[in-house]
Amino acid sequence: MKRVTVHEEWCLGCHLCEYNCAFANSGLADMVKALKNQKITPRIHVEEDGRIHYAVSCRHCEDPICIKGCISGALQKGADGVVTIDHDKCVGCLSCMLLCPYGCITTDENETVLKCELCVKNGDIPACVQGCPNRAIVFEEVQT
Amino acid sequence: MKYVIIGNGPAAVSCIDGIRSVDPDGSITVISKEDHPAYFRPLISYYLEGKSKAENIYCRRADFYESSNCGVIHSEAVAIDTDNRSVMLKNGESIPYDRLCICTGSSPFVPPMKGLETVENKYTFLTVDDSFAIEKAITKDSRVLIIGAGLIGLKCAEGLRDRVQSVTVCDLAPRVLSSILDDECAAIVQKHLENCGIGFSLGNTADRFDGNTAMMKDGSEIGFDVLVLALGVRPNIGFFKEAGGACGRAIIVDNEMKTSVDGIFAAGDCVEQYDISFGDKRIMALLPNANLGGYTAGVNMAGGSAEFDNAVPMNSIGFWGLHMMTAGTYANDENAQMIEEKGEKSIKRFFIKNNRLVGFIIIGDVKSAGIYTNLIRTQADISAYDPDALTKNATLLPFGENYRRKTLGGVV
Ligand SMILES: Cc1cc2nc3c(=O)[nH]c(=O)nc-3n(C[C@H](O)[C@H](O)[C@H](O)COP(=O)(O)OP(=O)(O)OC[C@H]3O[C@@H](n4cnc5c(N)ncnc54)[C@H](O)[C@@H]3O)c2cc1C
Ligand code: SF4
Ligand code: SF4
Repeated sequence: MKRVTVHEEWCLGCHLCEYNCAFANSGLADMVKALKNQKITPRIHVEEDGRIHYAVSCRHCEDPICIKGCISGALQKGADGVVTIDHDKCVGCLSCMLLCPYGCITTDENETVLKCELCVKNGDIPACVQGCPNRAIVFEEVQT
Repeated sequence: MKYVIIGNGPAAVSCIDGIRSVDPDGSITVISKEDHPAYFRPLISYYLEGKSKAENIYCRRADFYESSNCGVIHSEAVAIDTDNRSVMLKNGESIPYDRLCICTGSSPFVPPMKGLETVENKYTFLTVDDSFAIEKAITKDSRVLIIGAGLIGLKCAEGLRDRVQSVTVCDLAPRVLSSILDDECAAIVQKHLENCGIGFSLGNTADRFDGNTAMMKDGSEIGFDVLVLALGVRPNIGFFKEAGGACGRAIIVDNEMKTSVDGIFAAGDCVEQYDISFGDKRIMALLPNANLGGYTAGVNMAGGSAEFDNAVPMNSIGFWGLHMMTAGTYANDENAQMIEEKGEKSIKRFFIKNNRLVGFIIIGDVKSAGIYTNLIRTQADISAYDPDALTKNATLLPFGENYRRKTLGGVV
């Protein structure tokens, strides 16, 4: 399957991926309405220490440990390999956050969990990748 | 090959998945005491709270048993004949097996209490039927008394608060969640719960009951309409013990989830197994372990090869926005070094032993804590990492570019 791969040597630390993610998942057509003066809750985040920057989002693991820990069945891996979240089922216990080895789970104000779903509901190419100015995140087939 | 599974919770359905990943054809029979398809037990409080709908609590889709080609018998297993490899049921049937997995979980423990028989509305809180029964018993004017301030008692309190007049929790222990939190952490949680409207009477418990009144140890009286007994649980292992199987406080299993009896496996809340953070066997009655152990058992029952060789306790709970996470071993170990990070509303404690992270407690700032859980589960040598970078915020920064290239650039 295609995954978002991270190439930290190219990352500028511009955080555009976070904004593009939040916009794509806002359900709104107007970027200004979606982002301006809003507390955004993107499913990708940039970690940095001044010298190093890189983006982190769900790895869509082969054998996702988050699913083994989910107490509600909200997390599922589809036949396409994408790990998705059902907000109707999620109760916000954050067991998945306790288990994800890469820190890829976040929450929204409703206290249910947000995670990257590779923009399966938003289009062919994840919005974060589309908007990255320096190809520091790429949507590509990766060999195991 | 004939597979039989006793019990029908998360461990059992994961066991079915494990078997089917190796053997698509062998017959599987599940023996289930509860009259429901396998459901996520932790959701029984969220059901009361209105966060989980009754139709959404099940572990698998409605066609799971059929599509896994798996029969379900609604009865209770009462004995195992290990010589003839068969399971005796309460309904008189005897079910032959080649491979058996025991996934029976636990039952509420209710010690003898004076006058308990005079209480009409009393419940334990372990099954969805308990939830339904409590729901029937309460009105918006009910005063609920919960005995036991552990995870189950407090989750019950959370589930009920908005549906009743008052919820009071008492416990003989002087603090809430006494088995997972120390005094300081427990005080933070208790204060938050009090602010959210839960009443407490700690270091105190009911000496005896008279109808709707609890006479407390300290001489006071608490009136109630509904009583919930959440004093703890005991693993359901009686029939296995009687068959001569090795047990400590629960069924003893190895990393392949094999018991001491040939052909019999076990997983979930009814087992004790090696905890790599603790260095000894213990009960780790939590849902992730039930799934991981159940799947491992299934694979091995079907002739495949799998090991669950990194079991540690790991628990995440929240009450009205305050989250706490614990993993590994983090209590009273003189040989462990403790690193503490305190914030305004959060506390993080890391326990390090022989250059390995062996446990943590985090209250409040739980973001990305799985990075820490992973260090415990992989027993990573952390001596090369900057301790500050490690403990201040959970990120992948300390682990270096190679690790990130592998995990963020490849397939994991
Ligand atoms: C209120 C509550 C909240 C919880 N919250 C959390 C949480 O937030 N996080 C977490 O990780 N864990 C939580 N847990 C624990 C979690 O529910 C268990 O770890 C998990 O259900 C274990 O799964 P299991 O399959 O081993 O056992 P169970 O789910 O207990 O299933 C065992 C089944 O076996 C059946 N059975 C028993 N004996 C027999 C017999 N002789 N014959 C036939 N059938 C039998 C039982 O009726 C039961 O249906 C919570 C538990 C409760 C009660
Ligand atoms: S959330 Fe974490 S554990 Fe789950 S699939 Fe994504 S990277 Fe893997
Ligand atoms: S927070 Fe939601 S998705 Fe995560 S483990 Fe809990 S119920 Fe499952």
